[in-house]
Amino acid sequence: MIKQIAWTGLLLLSASAAAADTPTGFMAHYAQQARVAMTTLSPARGEALYRSEHPGRSGGAQSCASCHSANPKQAGQTRVGKRIEPLAPAANPQRFSDTAKVEKWFRRNCMDVLLRECSAQEKGDFIAWLNRIK
Amino acid sequence: MNDLLRGIVVLMTVGITSLLMFSLSPGGEARGDDGNDMMPGLTHKAWQEECASCHLAYSPALLPRASWTRLMGDLGHHFGENASIDPATEADIRRFLEANAADSGRSRTGSRVMRRMQPNETPLRITETAWFVRKHDEVSRTIWSRKSVKSAANCAACHRQAEQGVFNERDIRIPN
Repeated sequence: MIKQIAWTGLLLLSASAAAADTPTGFMAHYAQQARVAMTTLSPARGEALYRSEHPGRSGGAQSCASCHSANPKQAGQTRVGKRIEPLAPAANPQRFSDTAKVEKWFRRNCMDVLLRECSAQEKGDFIAWLNRIK
Repeated sequence: MNDLLRGIVVLMTVGITSLLMFSLSPGGEARGDDGNDMMPGLTHKAWQEECASCHLAYSPALLPRASWTRLMGDLGHHFGENASIDPATEADIRRFLEANAADSGRSRTGSRVMRRMQPNETPLRITETAWFVRKHDEVSRTIWSRKSVKSAANCAACHRQAEQGVFNERDIRIPN
């Protein structure tokens, strides 16, 4: 009994860790959620999402780039001036390595910029673009 | 083999339990002011990690308990931004903030903040407390709006060691 529980636990742990702790892992995960092939994720759509401006919650035009800077290989700044480490994995290997963090920030930031949650397709496109930046 | 697995299970249980105990204890080293520094030296992992991803992890001693309760009750609308977190982390941070609030009697800074607070006042912005306004009364409007400062919420723009909890007058450098 204990043996079974332990094995199930270990399997679950390793499965959840392996599923999506790399940029390509996340791409596969979101493609699957969106029911599209991973190869059809579009870096061009991802970049357009990053740069597109929206009325945002605080009125003025807002985009991902407003805080993360026009070049995701560079550091950005929060509204109160705190440094945001670069978003592109090429410049910051810690990006897209933690499922809880990735989900948390997509949820918050999509709500702030788009006033809605992002779809799995949008998340997949977004990471496909960032991950292509060398 | 069975014994080995049992060992692993026991180790994991002990590990998880001790992690929980540490994260649940309100404040850890949350006591007293250190030397001449303005802020009580506090450590709390989730508070640091979550709050400080967007701004300085402001000391709980700067607002009364009821303010923190209000603020933590609506993180989905946090000064115009969505700062929502999972319920367990939210409860953990709220307990820490409430336990070390200005009116908790745990720090001299908190007592000073409370001395200037109206009864039943529960401000959400530290910058609107009478204590903060008086402390910064020599700072002109033009300084607050400088690009290098950006916002009165950006303590570290002038208090260069703010992230270490050091707010000494002699460490202040107002940027151009």
